[in-house]
Amino acid sequence: MTTMECREIFAQLSEYLDGELPPDVCEQISGHIEDCPPCVEFVESLKKTVGLCKGMAVEVEAAPRPLPEELKARLMAALRQG
Amino acid sequence: MSQVTEVELAKRLMAGDTSAFEPFVEGMQGRLFRFAFANCGQREDAEEVAQETLLKVFESLKQLREPERIRPWVFRIAKNICYMRRRKSIYAPEEELSLDQLMPGFRDDSDGRKLEIADWSHLPEKEAMSAETREMLRKSILELPDIYRHTLLLRDMEELSTEETAEVLAINTDAVKTRLHRARLALRQKMDHRMRMETAAR
Repeated sequence: MTTMECREIFAQLSEYLDGELPPDVCEQISGHIEDCPPCVEFVESLKKTVGLCKGMAVEVEAAPRPLPEELKARLMAALRQG
Repeated sequence: MSQVTEVELAKRLMAGDTSAFEPFVEGMQGRLFRFAFANCGQREDAEEVAQETLLKVFESLKQLREPERIRPWVFRIAKNICYMRRRKSIYAPEEELSLDQLMPGFRDDSDGRKLEIADWSHLPEKEAMSAETREMLRKSILELPDIYRHTLLLRDMEELSTEETAEVLAINTDAVKTRLHRARLALRQKMDHRMRMETAAR
């Protein structure tokens, strides 16, 4: 995060984490990160941020109350009419 | 509910198979609620957004020519309903975020340059997060400007593809990638800030 190379990598980190970069670019970035403690630390925090967002999808607290029967009847009626 | 299941259920519904009704509605309601809750921050609003979206979906399901596009189609409706509801956001100003403002700070030590970021090591990689972390995450997401929050939620929480997200947001795939990266960086920065404030307060 402190050199020009770090800054260039910074711009591509999401594509790097998502495996969307060409293999040679990916290798180049991995090579840099391995030897750059600030980049290791930063990438770790970004990876965790993404992991937490993905984790939100399975959180039990994020469950709605069941749909009212009256609404279900409206949906079914709309489907039949459609 | 996986994409294949959603597409499959949509096809069956469109063909008049009512046995697909319950699983389709239940699965979609869960996803729509989750998306709306993260998007607008209120449980009641989120339940209403999910219900309103489902109603719109069922009223116009026959107009969906390609059932394969059910996910982007449904989320586009939901996003618009959310948008109408929080047109004047008190949390998130509409602004473009630059990479520069999302860079971490650093300080020079005797043994080199050090990042000035929080200690992230205690946060989980995959396992369930604590209630405290979830609250921090929820608040931080709500503070993201709309265009970034939508992209982040669709890609990282709902796991829509880049193409599907582009369709929901009516932008091209390169714009989705740019926004997603900035959204993740901005969320990381907000979480980082909150964690450091907490550490300082202890």
